[in-house]
Amino acid sequence: MLQDKDRVFTNLYGFEDWHLAGARARGDWDNTKALLDKGREWIIEEMKASGLRGRGGAGFSAGLKWSFMPKTVGERPHYLLINADEGEPGTCKDRDIMRFDPHKLIEGCLVAGYAINAHVAYIYIRGEFVQEAIHLQTAIDEAYEAGLLGDNACGTGWKMDVYVHRGAGAYVCGEETALIQSLEGKKGQPRLKPPFPAGAGLYGCPSTVNNVETIANAPTILRRGASWYTSLGRENNHGTKIFCISGHVNQPCNVEEEMGIPLRELIEKHAGGVRGGWDNLLAVIPGGASVPLLPAALCADARMDYDGLRELRSGLGSGAVIVMDRSTDLVAAIARLSRFFAHESCGQCTPCREGTPWISKMMARMVTGDAEPGEIDVLEDVTRRMEGRTICALADAAAWPVQGLIRHFRPELERRIAARKDAPSSSAAAQ
Amino acid sequence: MPKLTIDGIPVEAPEGATVLQAAELAGIEIPRFCYHERLSIAGNCRMCLVEVKPGPPKPAASCALPVCEGMEVFTNSEMARAARKGTIEFMLVNHPLDCPICDQGGECDLQDETVLYGEAASRFREDKHAFADKDLGPLINTRFTRCIHCTRCVRFCDEIAGVPALGMIGRGSSCEIMPWEEGVLQTELAGNLVDVCPVGSLTNRPFAFRARSWELTKTDSIDIMDAMGSSVRIDSRSNEVLRILPRLNDAVNEEWIGDRSRHFIDGLLERRLDTPWARVTRGAALRSVSWEKALEILRERVEALGDAPKVGVIAGDQTDLETLTAAKDLCAALGSPNMDCRQDGARLDASVRAGYLFNATIEGLDQADAILLIGSDPRKEAPVLNARIFRRVRNGQAAVARIGVPTDLTYPVTELGNTPGEALAALRAGTHPFAEVLRSAKHPVIIVGQGALRREDGAAVLNAARDLADALGVVREGWNGFSVLHTAAGRVGGLDLGFVPGKDGLDAGAMVQALGSGSLDVLILLGADEFDTSALANRSTRDALVVYIGSHGDAGAAVADIVLPGSAWTEKTATWVSMEGRVQRTLRAVSAPGAAVEDWVAVARVARALGHALPFSSVEDVRARMAAINPLLGTLWTLTPAPWGAPFGTEGAVSAEPFTPAVPNYYMTCPISRASRTMAACVEALSGTEDERTGTDG
Repeated sequence: MLQDKDRVFTNLYGFEDWHLAGARARGDWDNTKALLDKGREWIIEEMKASGLRGRGGAGFSAGLKWSFMPKTVGERPHYLLINADEGEPGTCKDRDIMRFDPHKLIEGCLVAGYAINAHVAYIYIRGEFVQEAIHLQTAIDEAYEAGLLGDNACGTGWKMDVYVHRGAGAYVCGEETALIQSLEGKKGQPRLKPPFPAGAGLYGCPSTVNNVETIANAPTILRRGASWYTSLGRENNHGTKIFCISGHVNQPCNVEEEMGIPLRELIEKHAGGVRGGWDNLLAVIPGGASVPLLPAALCADARMDYDGLRELRSGLGSGAVIVMDRSTDLVAAIARLSRFFAHESCGQCTPCREGTPWISKMMARMVTGDAEPGEIDVLEDVTRRMEGRTICALADAAAWPVQGLIRHFRPELERRIAARKDAPSSSAAAQ
Repeated sequence: MPKLTIDGIPVEAPEGATVLQAAELAGIEIPRFCYHERLSIAGNCRMCLVEVKPGPPKPAASCALPVCEGMEVFTNSEMARAARKGTIEFMLVNHPLDCPICDQGGECDLQDETVLYGEAASRFREDKHAFADKDLGPLINTRFTRCIHCTRCVRFCDEIAGVPALGMIGRGSSCEIMPWEEGVLQTELAGNLVDVCPVGSLTNRPFAFRARSWELTKTDSIDIMDAMGSSVRIDSRSNEVLRILPRLNDAVNEEWIGDRSRHFIDGLLERRLDTPWARVTRGAALRSVSWEKALEILRERVEALGDAPKVGVIAGDQTDLETLTAAKDLCAALGSPNMDCRQDGARLDASVRAGYLFNATIEGLDQADAILLIGSDPRKEAPVLNARIFRRVRNGQAAVARIGVPTDLTYPVTELGNTPGEALAALRAGTHPFAEVLRSAKHPVIIVGQGALRREDGAAVLNAARDLADALGVVREGWNGFSVLHTAAGRVGGLDLGFVPGKDGLDAGAMVQALGSGSLDVLILLGADEFDTSALANRSTRDALVVYIGSHGDAGAAVADIVLPGSAWTEKTATWVSMEGRVQRTLRAVSAPGAAVEDWVAVARVARALGHALPFSSVEDVRARMAAINPLLGTLWTLTPAPWGAPFGTEGAVSAEPFTPAVPNYYMTCPISRASRTMAACVEALSGTEDERTGTDG
């Protein structure tokens, strides 16, 4: 269990002052100049050594991503883009960072901006986050006021500007290239890669897109050193992570924990356990709506990190743990997720545009059992045909929960189909 | 040049090429829907997925993947085929099964790919989507339930036509192609949308339900509706032209044609002259007569005019070289110097070829970096050429300035005003900054339009433009940017042949006046309708004679005494010279109606009736004679650059009188297009509110 001294987000619950004074009291903005003085190379190497992986869901090494930026600024300026479009169902970590610890993010912007040679950072914040945007803007104003941002940020001579840009409520704008499109004022649709944002991102300029949690982690990691960070978690899965535990637990919460904590321990220590006891558990979605669920049997030993969950054919994703007890209509729950993805597909790529509504409609029929037994295989095959065939990963995100359901709960689907066939009135109605 | 293998075949592809393009070099066609050679890459249809090593264990979109050294591509592996099968299934789930009533049937990409990758039966049990059709004007039918959202049409409007009229709105399964404004598309290139659409979502409206593509006889020909000489294919059935499509020709029209060139065809059936007509005496009504009778009346009425009647010939805009050759020889036989192929009075100088050609060449515009338009509206005069200029401007590769009427050309233009004398002088003196832009450009172009030349001081404008070209270095080693933009397909051929007044000869305007005043006895109009014919209609005092040879009963035929039926350009194999100077030949797609003959035959018959039989027994004789007059005209399909140096035009002051548009109405410029209901519908649709159309708005 994570000790208090190793916590990065010390005001995750908003018990303390979120303004600059409070942030300083917690150690933020503490001699940031010294960090920058160590130079870009050092910052990037230290980030690489810390093993910090992107906290938005994909888990790509943050330091490595920064190192992809051109070493010197050419004709075009560099941009740092912060992905605060937290839209993954079940996830609410970035929200609390921005609400209660905005200065961590802003300091991170300066450090990261300096490391990648960017003078401007845009924070693309989800449109529904009204209070968070206000807090963030207030904190940015405080930072300018205190000389922490601006022409001579923290006395380093580095010019750093941070802007908040509010989205308009599209899930897909959390995909980095769709975010860039949206920031440019265009329709939020993912772009083809290559070119990657580090080559041609915002306005065709080299850009780095990072999640809020990733960037907010950076100053603390640099202050305390990569070796401290790697002392937490295990190889390839270092550090701490904010988990968002929701659903059928006694005390839903956000909690920062060490990577690799067993799922059961996470739920029981922090969320007050599963409603009705561990044995009442039916399944858990361990990493936000877009990863396959884990049936109760697999949950006991599940280790909450990238590799641990991948071994179980699921994923850590954004760290949103959705707990479902035995009262849950699991098919209906996954059908709801399918409906979400059908609604949020941008419509650009054929497999996603046509596939997400198709599986959503099939899932709706699976809920009532209005299907042929063979259609379970059709459903599975349709998700296979969507997966990995599109520009962005939204089609994968739509496919995986359904695949997880079929993998672990196929008998339930078959039971519903058979039950409906046996009921004479409903089969007559179906005809 | 990276080397890679595609399906085991080693390929060397240019740097920056995509895998799909490299595969084409290797002769492997990868199926695609959204990819189009001339449009930006969207990468959204996911049909061109291939397996690539090294790479992630999932298929990659070959249309957007740049080639790399040592890449191994598999276009037909298990993974690639599975991906395509999946994509086709997804395309078909919401695609209606209406191929039997779809005009795209038989030439539909989706149909073809379905044969290759589709399943026999659908697994889709849900309700299909339906989308409302949109009104895109009289040229395009929409069936948006068939749309596969490839966005080719959106990209065509944005990137080629220069009119961002379409967009894809909504998201997910609610995505639909939508015009920002309902109604006619404000572009002269709308018909091409039908060609870029890979399915039957956008179809040719006038052609709707007329024929299946496999029933049509296809004739490769050249477009004569403007002066560009675009390559087209004429699709016909049962002696009726049903459709015209562009043919690929990178040097001229790439793969586009303008709406008039595509949709004038119903005009070929209306107001046709399918029999000779004649007035037995002056003032009598025109009567339908036989050829023999018409020629007899002609001979009698000419004989009544005296021993040596003075004859003049005016050629229209669509007169082919064979006809002009016969007419020129007729004039020679009659000893008449009165002939002109410039019915609009354009002061073009036939003596210097470089003075009337589009010397920069159409393809050369792809290099142009500074363009000066003098009295020209390329959007209306040659929309496909305008698309090339638009592409240069859009890519930030060219700057355009204009002296003339400020109209919307789809790209930003530096306006130099419409007081020609002043503007030309400012450029010549270098007081306007655009002079420097032209001078410092690598490939500067001056485009002189007919609007600048068909006026009293046209020759002075031409001379001033030439002077400007010399002063600003528009003509330099290996580059001639002095370009005349023509609107008449027969004009350059006529000038090449020297179909202009001889010594002491009358030009077109003078001939019309002379017929009224008594100094001209017989005026032969070769499809000439685009001038003020009222002077001919009002010649009540004399017995002078007007003979009209042409295909349509238009302004010229109405004032004629003898009307002889000729052929439209789709009905004859004839020679033309494009405005670049390219000698080209149309091919006969259908036969002329009734008693109509090829126009040169009609001229020969007139010659015989006048007692001067021409020594031609076949069209080959005419062509031999044509090549004898100007050897260039025998060099079919080639483009011979014209030497620069000799002066042309006449020195003089250019007045301040503004230039006027050469093509006030794009859809109606010739007898055929004026007879077309489709073109009339376009005019109607584009002319705003009903009040404006009926003239009751004020």
